[in-house]
Amino acid sequence: MDRKTDSGLLPLSRREFLGTAALASAALAAGCAPFSSTTPKSGSGSTKVVWSACAVNCGSRCALRIHSRNDEVVMVETDNTGNDEYGNHQVRACLRGRSIRRWINHPDRLKYPMKRVGKRGEGKFERISWSEAYKLIGDKMNEIIAKYSNEAIHVLYGTGVDGGNITNSNVPYRLMNACGGFLSRYGSYSTAQIAAAMPYTYGGNSGNSPDDIENSKLVVMFGNNPAETRMSGGGVTYYVEQARERSKAKMIVIDPRYSDTAAGREDEWIALRPGTDAALVAGVAHVLISEKLVDQAFLDKYCVGYDEKTLPASAPKNSHYKAYILGQGPDKTAKTPAWAAGITGVPAATITNLARQLGTLKPAYIVQGWGPQRQANGEMNSRAIAMLAILTGNVGINGGNTGAREGSWSIGGEWFGFLDNPVKVSIPVFMWTDAIDRGTEMTATRDGIRNKDKLSVPIKMLFCYASNVIANQHSDINRTHEILQNESNCELIVGIEQFLTSSAKYYDILLPDLLVAEQEDLVLHESAGNMGYTIMCQPATTAKFERKPIYEILSGIAKAVGAEQHQKFTEGKTQEEWIEYLCAKTKERNPEMPSYSELKAQGGGIYKRLAPEKHVVAYKDFRDDPIANPLSTPSGKIEIYSERLATLAATWELDPIDVIHPLPIFAEGFESWRDPLSKKYPLQMIGHHYKGRTHSSYGCIDVLMAANPQEIWINPIDAEKRGIKHGDRVRVFNARGETRLLAKVTTRILPGVTSIPQGAWHNADMFGDKIDNGGCVNTLTSPRPSPLAKGNPQHTNLVEIAKL
Amino acid sequence: MAQNGFYMDLVRCTGCKTCAMACKDYKDLPTDRNFRRIYEYAGGDWKANGATWQNDVFAYYVSVACNHCAKPVCLENCPSQAISKDENGIVSIDEAKCIGCGSCKDVCPYDAPQFDAASNKMSKCDACKDRTAETGAKPICVEACPLRALDFGSIEELRAAHGTLDAVAPIPLKEGESTEPSIVIKPNPKGKPSGDKTGTLANPLEV
Repeated sequence: MDRKTDSGLLPLSRREFLGTAALASAALAAGCAPFSSTTPKSGSGSTKVVWSACAVNCGSRCALRIHSRNDEVVMVETDNTGNDEYGNHQVRACLRGRSIRRWINHPDRLKYPMKRVGKRGEGKFERISWSEAYKLIGDKMNEIIAKYSNEAIHVLYGTGVDGGNITNSNVPYRLMNACGGFLSRYGSYSTAQIAAAMPYTYGGNSGNSPDDIENSKLVVMFGNNPAETRMSGGGVTYYVEQARERSKAKMIVIDPRYSDTAAGREDEWIALRPGTDAALVAGVAHVLISEKLVDQAFLDKYCVGYDEKTLPASAPKNSHYKAYILGQGPDKTAKTPAWAAGITGVPAATITNLARQLGTLKPAYIVQGWGPQRQANGEMNSRAIAMLAILTGNVGINGGNTGAREGSWSIGGEWFGFLDNPVKVSIPVFMWTDAIDRGTEMTATRDGIRNKDKLSVPIKMLFCYASNVIANQHSDINRTHEILQNESNCELIVGIEQFLTSSAKYYDILLPDLLVAEQEDLVLHESAGNMGYTIMCQPATTAKFERKPIYEILSGIAKAVGAEQHQKFTEGKTQEEWIEYLCAKTKERNPEMPSYSELKAQGGGIYKRLAPEKHVVAYKDFRDDPIANPLSTPSGKIEIYSERLATLAATWELDPIDVIHPLPIFAEGFESWRDPLSKKYPLQMIGHHYKGRTHSSYGCIDVLMAANPQEIWINPIDAEKRGIKHGDRVRVFNARGETRLLAKVTTRILPGVTSIPQGAWHNADMFGDKIDNGGCVNTLTSPRPSPLAKGNPQHTNLVEIAKL
Repeated sequence: MAQNGFYMDLVRCTGCKTCAMACKDYKDLPTDRNFRRIYEYAGGDWKANGATWQNDVFAYYVSVACNHCAKPVCLENCPSQAISKDENGIVSIDEAKCIGCGSCKDVCPYDAPQFDAASNKMSKCDACKDRTAETGAKPICVEACPLRALDFGSIEELRAAHGTLDAVAPIPLKEGESTEPSIVIKPNPKGKPSGDKTGTLANPLEV
């Protein structure tokens, strides 16, 4: 494959682009008959093939080539362009995308607009017309705005449609902004703690792209598991494997679960207790410091607060990192490997050995997933893990990394704009139930309210799009259920979905959506290493029943609110006109990309481009010249000691167990393995991403459910004590609720720890025993927010398990 | 007669099951028929030492379709002569002749034949022979693999490129004389030899 190394462009030849997107009938004429006799469903009529994408929130984004006949989807393939050479590889869909036919054709998909007639959560609805739905929503929205102001409207978090431009769970922002604004949110359920914390250290949250592992000698996966999270054949797990094949880098996996990222590919698996990441790091740091394996020159030149030399003037004496580690700080405790062993469960010798490898094998690609940060002490965990990269000087170099999540190059695709929000106040993403329940009590220093000292009004209207958050993905479902029962609190809940999910049962108005596969959009890559791409999608079939595309639904609501709002929302453009505009803007930055009309005529297509700089190296400019290219921290340097955090720690209202600290120290946090509550609920419970779903998306597809049964992982030692055998149905419970599912008795998890694959569909009689028979982890998770981000600590839970 | 077969790289395979789901889509299979099965083989133990734990845990995956054996025991045991082996060595079932007795499933060391409750016939992987014949494409599972862990082609060439290993725990699932499977395996670094007893099949519900 010829590469234009000057520009880094990876030209797909026009023939490749055309040949794969053409109608099969045209291909027949050219002498080959791709699927004439082997399509799964019988019937005459020519087969149409269009490009589309699997647009769920896994962090990858895959190409689909959808085959339909007589306006019915019959089969799905994936990217087949080029010769699949690494660097111009095919963006191959995983098992989920390959099963999308059963989603598209699912008999349970919503077909008509409906309004709720039973209680919230009961699931009783009656069919209404679209015009009635628009009027009900428009009138009530206007009433709420007049009575309470736009601050009373909240667009709930959701990611069920992700990566599309028009088809995007956040696109209702644009509707609300056209209507005067809404109470926004910051952070995400994926990254609340790390996104809040890492900028205090680096001024950002960037990482090297995983392709850069081809320059590494060591890879340290700290709670990072791309084989079960970013599974695309053009995504992170593919890059990690390909790059390691080139560099032969050793790989150490640190995780309470023996993940599929490990599964024999690891050189070492270190199993630590959930929530003790910062303690493990401190033990490693002790060895690095005492054996003089730290990169002192790097620490002196680029960092603040490692030792006395670079400690800010405002900081107390001996409040630097080295003093904390060596026991010369206020706690007078040396963070030796033996100290860390008692907390983490990792043998001291293993910690020492890890430190020696980190101190000698360079460059090292130290990368964390988002599990360690989704903890009660997650902000501290994420900054602590970054310390491994900082102490060893692996930041800003090829083959190294910052200790944050892996980065990705971007082709610079154009995004559909959301307009400006006139309402400036925002809440932490995780705190919306509180904003309904006790909104006006919520303050900046206690609840993380931003741009205002306190909320003026509680949330009176929730707007949900592809958001199975209410009763599936938000913590403590039973609590949320109670809060939403009082219909005078949150007066209106509107939702646009594809299925009657457990959350949709709480909507007052429920509208039926189309899949990305059924409409035109321009989909952009997500975490895709150094090869960016965009997929121009064409509808595989027409819209069935009374389903409508999101753009049309939101336009209809805008119109019901007012003519001016409608004009602001649409700017007089149709969805196709917007896609044409977005293609043109994206093409401005990618001149070799085919035009909108070319793509459309071909049934859509994929355009790929390799990063000009080959690998993304986070903070390379800073490393090369820290004076000319300072970080965006106040000091311009890496802030191991953060004065900003010292200020927050001194001024915020915090329970003593909720710790904000200028240094990335180990602070145990609530509901830890040593909490007194562990006498009653002795097992730690985390949640992992499951291959059969992306969060709750694809959670009702029969073949995926059969291939990926909903099972709680439990070590044989813990199972035996409870008389539980592999495959038994068990009850998992704590004070918040009870869920029932199968037991996977496996040595692949640390004793004392259990894990439920998150995202399974909640299935309980909420007006009866409230026992969830779907194995939904959020029956058991805590609604208590983390200290700094006020984020979701969904891996910090204590439970007990019993055989049914 | 030529003999085609599969190659699987168990260093790359993460057990994602994309191969199996692509097959299910293309062949329109329901939940209970699996032309490809992904076996999780796992073992090892834990030992407490004070507050810490040590382990020697291992796990890896093996993805198995039909191995289009050189000595297909299914064919030999079919009472209705419904199973044949074509010029490329592909073993397939003729639905018209099949009486659905399941003899083939009983003897196959790889669980390749799958009962189709809708038609009362046996069915199995035919290496997508229509697709490969018509388009020159690889079987759908091979083209689907996100990690490029699968290949298909002349078994002679695959053996020349990757060696001759054709068994690794937990396959074959039955003991006995080899059926001479047309498969080449690159073992996982933690791979155990066929017949190993240190681990167990960890996902019996899924296969």
